[in-house]
Amino acid sequence: MKRLMIGNEAIARGAYEAGATVATAYPGTPSTEIVSSFAKFDDVYAEWSPNEKVALEVGIGASIGGARTLVAMKHVGVNVAADPLYTFAYTGVNGGLVLVSADDPGMHSSQNEQDNRGYGKFAKIPVLEPSDSQEALEFCKKGFELSEEFDTPVMMRITTRLAHSQTMVETGEKQEYEIKGYKKNAPKYVMLPANARARHVEVEKRILKLKEYAESSELNRIEWGDTSIGVITSGVPYQYVKEALPEVSILKLGMVNPLPENMIKEFSHKVERLIVIEELEPVIEEQIKSWGVKVEGKELFSLLGEYSPELIEEVLKGISNEDRYGLVKEIPGRPPLLCPGCPHRGVFYTLRKMRLMVAGDIGCYTLGALSPLDGMDTTICMGASIGTAMGMEKARGEEFAEKMVAVIGDSTFVHSGITPLIDIVYNQGTSTVLILDNDTTAMTGHQEHPATGKTITSQPTRKLDLVELVKSIGIENVQVVDPLKLDELQNALKEELGKREPSVIIAKRPCALIASKPSGVRYYVDPELCTGCKLCIRIGCTGINFLDEEKIAVMNDNNCVGCGLCPQICKFDAIKVLEV
Amino acid sequence: MSKQVTDILIVGVGGQGTLLTSRILADVAVQMGYDVKVSEVHGMAQRGGSVVTQVRYGKKVYSPIIKKGDADILLAFEKLEAARWLDYLKPDGMVIINDERVDPLPVMSGKVKYPEDIVDKIQKLIPNTRLINATEIAGQCGNTRAANVVLVGVLAAVAGLPVKEMENAIRSLVPEKAIDINLKAFEEGMKIIAN
Ligand SMILES: Cc1ncc(C[n+]2csc(CCOP(=O)(O)OP(=O)(O)O)c2C)c(N)n1
Repeated sequence: MKRLMIGNEAIARGAYEAGATVATAYPGTPSTEIVSSFAKFDDVYAEWSPNEKVALEVGIGASIGGARTLVAMKHVGVNVAADPLYTFAYTGVNGGLVLVSADDPGMHSSQNEQDNRGYGKFAKIPVLEPSDSQEALEFCKKGFELSEEFDTPVMMRITTRLAHSQTMVETGEKQEYEIKGYKKNAPKYVMLPANARARHVEVEKRILKLKEYAESSELNRIEWGDTSIGVITSGVPYQYVKEALPEVSILKLGMVNPLPENMIKEFSHKVERLIVIEELEPVIEEQIKSWGVKVEGKELFSLLGEYSPELIEEVLKGISNEDRYGLVKEIPGRPPLLCPGCPHRGVFYTLRKMRLMVAGDIGCYTLGALSPLDGMDTTICMGASIGTAMGMEKARGEEFAEKMVAVIGDSTFVHSGITPLIDIVYNQGTSTVLILDNDTTAMTGHQEHPATGKTITSQPTRKLDLVELVKSIGIENVQVVDPLKLDELQNALKEELGKREPSVIIAKRPCALIASKPSGVRYYVDPELCTGCKLCIRIGCTGINFLDEEKIAVMNDNNCVGCGLCPQICKFDAIKVLEV
Repeated sequence: MSKQVTDILIVGVGGQGTLLTSRILADVAVQMGYDVKVSEVHGMAQRGGSVVTQVRYGKKVYSPIIKKGDADILLAFEKLEAARWLDYLKPDGMVIINDERVDPLPVMSGKVKYPEDIVDKIQKLIPNTRLINATEIAGQCGNTRAANVVLVGVLAAVAGLPVKEMENAIRSLVPEKAIDINLKAFEEGMKIIAN
């Protein structure tokens, strides 16, 4: 039967049909739905791992143990998992392993737009790139076959547009896959220098064999058209080329590492003008140039952002529809913002009020960096807040640390905040770390994690106790506060910042989107008392609006969830409980 | 060359239910036997940011995203968002706007003013513009949250989509207890165009 599926669901289906029985991931847009979809199949094991390195290591174990295994992460997750990845490329697999890297050209939800095809090239592993959900399913199955045939992990590189576009998919039957036998094989799996030297030879042999395979693989194909232009492309940009340049000849690559050199050279001889259309880095273009073939690419198309059919038309046909109506420049931007009732809001209001330097991290709370809250000084990558604070302190001294906090979410703390906190204790820092424990991984759509006490399938499990954890690594000053009680929060901050010792404050309150019961309290603004000072507007909440003409604030009852934050901020007690 | 693919751009503010709307439309297009592609927004923008979902159907669809200047219909859940995405509309396309204002952060923080005359401007540029009070109509049907389905009704009437298939799609995609309200909202949306 044919039905619509987003790319991520199709990948999960492909793995299932290939007989994969283990799947691991740490959530991250745009990859999250891959393993959450896989977890819904019967007779499989799926987990949210604490981070991507663990996800890949569990995947490696499952593969060596003989199971076909799917591992998924967003592009920056592969950085976290890069250490095991490079060496796993040496050992190779037992049961096939497909690692999905979900890249984010255009940074819809990411802190950078690195191009992970580069990992495939450096680790010398095959990289497949599907262009719609049907291919996502098929390439995933193919990936498992190639993984076992060539004894290598296979990377499937997708982008946001593939991950989150629904296209028609014809599903197939689940293949019976018998888990492979396990036999100790230290020369293959124990990467001591002596063994690794031998394996490196295998890696180089393997990439040559893969190159040969690429020449004849059905993954790569030519669609002949007008030969005045020949386009080499892959992934979703293939669809944009079909849309914008239906007449040209296309060499569509389904496998982007290694490249089919002879096929490309032959194609280049038959077309007048050869153009590579690839988002982000000139990965394909530079290799073609290194063979002495004349090709155009990044001199025409940007290194930045996501491509589109109109971009291709604009570059190659000179047609532009950019701001036809001249309206775009007068429209205020609409960045994302914290939800009404979000427990993070009061934290950033307070940090700003106390004029603290804030080493930030990644999660919904990163939105606290935006105006009007303006509550963050740095954000680098997951887990970086705590190390950054430590570095600031060591550079500028303990006095500086008294006016500085590290802010990190609960999921992010478990992902990569524990080791830097150990560093603070070990190397005698005095920083104050604020863990925003909203009992979920909110940013990526509310996944469970070790400190929520539930697994990927919502089964209860041993709950990681954050208080006991931080105490056990040597933090003696630990407080738990409710971030919606601003006094409580501010007092805790004052107290802990004043100590020349490391401290942890856990701001504990569930995400407003998962909180089991709404407060039920309604508020109104007393127009007699409101002075129009706009202090309440500075918390950036859609639950309270400002009337420009009347110069007073009013509640927006459609949005307000009655969290009670703004009444605490109003200096004139103008925001009152509505008695019903 | 006449267009082979119908392109519908659905825009709004994260959390307004654009995803459900696109899924209903896509479901109907599948029931009608078309090739369909839908591009969705997940992740950060869903937290109150500007969101766009795109539905394309026809005999054969390549790109999952609509080419700027090609959309047949622009369905906007919020006035400012209609203006933001107007370039995507084809010159003789139609704009359906929910008469709803949601202030973005820069307006909330007083940095800029909400352009009050934005709908007038759009109407001058695109004669084929309909302003619909979907939130109010949905309220009359029992829940303002069904505003997106009122708009689906308007769109179905405009695009000539089959009613029975639309109703099937709504039944299968909205939560059990909200089906009646949503079917009513759909019907009221259809009526606006019929009248
Ligand atoms: C290495 C890496 N993996 C995944 C992500 C995607 N991601 C960003 S923040 C985040 C976790 C957010 O959860 P939490 O820290 O609990 O904060 P919340 O969003 O709940 O406020 C994830 C998974 C990322 N940016 N980098």
